[in-house]
Amino acid sequence: MDLNDSPEQAAYRTEVRAWLEQNASQAPSTRGRGDEEGAVAAHRAWQRKLAEGGYVGVTWPAEHGGQGKGPLHQVVINQEIARAGVPGILDAIGVGMLGPTIIAHGSDEQKQRYLAPMLHGDEIWCQLFSEPAAGSDLAGIQSRAKKQDDGSWRLSGQKVWTTNAHFASYGLLLARTDPDAHKHKGLTMFIVPMDAEGVTIRPLRQISGEPEFNEVFFDDVRLDPGSEVGAVNGGWGTALTTLMFERLTIGAGSEGMGYRADRFAKAIASDPTAAKDPEVRARFGELATELLALRFTGYRLLTAISRGQIPGPEAGMGKITAVNGAIAAGDLIADVLGPEALDPASEWSYLISFLPGLKSAGGTEEILRNTVGERVLGLPPEPRLDKGIPFSELRAKERQEVSA
Amino acid sequence: MNFDLSDEQVLLREAARDAFSRVRTVEAARDALEGGELPDLWPTAQTAGWTGLLIDDAHGGAGLGAIDAMLVLAEAGRVLASVPLLGHLPATALLNADGSDSELLGKIASGELRAAYVAARPGDDVDPAWTVEPRTGKRREPAPAVTRGEDGLATVNGTVAWVPDAVGADVLVVVGVEAGRPVAVAFGPGADGVSVEAATGVYDATRPLGHVTLDGACGRPLDASEEDLRRAWFLAHTLIAAESLGAVEECLVRSVAYAKERYTFGRAIGSYQAVKHALTEVLRRQENTRSLLYYAGWAYADKPDEFAAAASAARSAGGAALDFAAREVISVHGGIGATWEHDAPLFFRRAQLSRRLLGGTGDAVDRLAGELLASAA
Repeated sequence: MDLNDSPEQAAYRTEVRAWLEQNASQAPSTRGRGDEEGAVAAHRAWQRKLAEGGYVGVTWPAEHGGQGKGPLHQVVINQEIARAGVPGILDAIGVGMLGPTIIAHGSDEQKQRYLAPMLHGDEIWCQLFSEPAAGSDLAGIQSRAKKQDDGSWRLSGQKVWTTNAHFASYGLLLARTDPDAHKHKGLTMFIVPMDAEGVTIRPLRQISGEPEFNEVFFDDVRLDPGSEVGAVNGGWGTALTTLMFERLTIGAGSEGMGYRADRFAKAIASDPTAAKDPEVRARFGELATELLALRFTGYRLLTAISRGQIPGPEAGMGKITAVNGAIAAGDLIADVLGPEALDPASEWSYLISFLPGLKSAGGTEEILRNTVGERVLGLPPEPRLDKGIPFSELRAKERQEVSA
Repeated sequence: MNFDLSDEQVLLREAARDAFSRVRTVEAARDALEGGELPDLWPTAQTAGWTGLLIDDAHGGAGLGAIDAMLVLAEAGRVLASVPLLGHLPATALLNADGSDSELLGKIASGELRAAYVAARPGDDVDPAWTVEPRTGKRREPAPAVTRGEDGLATVNGTVAWVPDAVGADVLVVVGVEAGRPVAVAFGPGADGVSVEAATGVYDATRPLGHVTLDGACGRPLDASEEDLRRAWFLAHTLIAAESLGAVEECLVRSVAYAKERYTFGRAIGSYQAVKHALTEVLRRQENTRSLLYYAGWAYADKPDEFAAAASAARSAGGAALDFAAREVISVHGGIGATWEHDAPLFFRRAQLSRRLLGGTGDAVDRLAGELLASAA
């Protein structure tokens, strides 16, 4: 039981810390809300700076511009960046999840063309997986790509919850290429240029009023031959790779998520009456139990990662704990501070508004519990009506049921 | 970073599981409710070396840490084994901190003598007074009053209710207050003025409890710091939490097994989301408790400033987890789960009584809040 660094990690930490101390003055402040364009440029420059220092994509192989290091090095970087109070990289989704997917499944040409600009923040990426009718049940997507005689593709459909789409150069997109195959069999992964004709990006404003995400529409968009990543109709396997790296990325940052008991303690302790109030203490003690458990479960996860294990579905329970613990914290702080906590200028207002949506992000709580129940506890699955029939028939059946 | 058990700790846990598996402890727990005798597991604890687990090698102990003690208690909790370590181990930690009577420590380490910890709760950010369990009600009693004679011996007056493992203990380590300062006093076998009344009507028969009365009792004050006395209280919390973790694991295993084999409306009940989500919640609470016990074990050794908060969080999580798991194992089994013949009620009894001992889980929740708020202020 030891939370200290190994000598090698300690040396690396010293190096990262020194670099950050030297360069932190060039870091932008927290994500700006006003001047979006200026903020994006500043964050892009900061990612480039970090990349030049060798601190972006450290787990990527050296041949693709990475450092070929283990995930614990990434953890050290994450911790030091948090400690220095500077922002992380702008394209965490690309570098953490999409780049590794291209490294695993992409062609040599794709690796040559896309990885270096991604690493340096010259080209930002977005993840085009979820759709209005397919989130937790991702294999139910309906965006359709049809192969043309010249080997190019025509893409139509709609994606949603797309972070960074409005300034991304490329997206990694899952589309259905064979509707007559079974649900999971007829999917293909594509690289899509976001400036292509027929791509429309609309901001999706959330409860806070801030546009956290986008929805993206594809109207007969032409994709060059060779845009597919991995095998045609093998897209489900490619998507699983992305989701595996998503768990790894979240796992490597799991001790924080910003939902720490001590952060919420400060807000409550600022009111001495609240700090002595038995009901406030009871509620705070309960939620602090959850958030401390989250933090130390995170260390168990990091230990597993450092031994080369990929986080399994049980890591999903951390999200449930985090979201519900933070919801309870926001609720308590609003009770303590009163309406002022809900003022848009308050950090708590944003937190309170953000969490209801987060509950569904990366899989709803209900679907996470299904997955954990089935894959960790070994409980039998729900009976499923979508197995063993072609996707096109499944859709027809669904439509029929709704109209009946 | 290595936030996991060592190979030695895994072996310790397996050995404990193996040792408890030789005795039919769960059946004994039921029989004991109707006056049956509990199996004597003290010799098992002696043979395994658990009696001296927290005593230094120099005094004949194993010199291990809180995490090792928790691992043993978790295995005891898994099978509802009645082994008086909850009372014994915190007492040994205080005697070891004193360290002056090597002969006594040797006998306690070997288990030739059994000790029991007569706890006092450390004051907190709201009320600095050290208090003890009342016989009934919300209002806690002041810790026993200690006065020191010219001979250096301590005279103690007071009562402490619901003390685990006090009945039949050879040595009692009582935490009292002398001139506003907490102090631990050790009483040997048959000390004058010390009486221990066995509690009757105990809801969980595997948990012997006693009411301790000190009437001008004369004992040896220990050279243990206020910090040592605080640590003993929170150590006891982690041990209860560890017992709870083992019991939660057993409840979950039994719930999952039944949810797979019991069918309704043509399918296994474990396939229903309502059942599946509830059992996932047991798992979530179980793993959270485990993480917090690791935190407490780590803090005990390496981060003493955080031990109070860590132990309180573990107790809070463990108490709530066991209550939830014990109710769930009953629910999953349907009506049969609430019958006398079934084992589930034994875990339920354990959950209900454990949550009310040593200040109760509610107090641990309040303590955690107090610790965090005080350090944030």
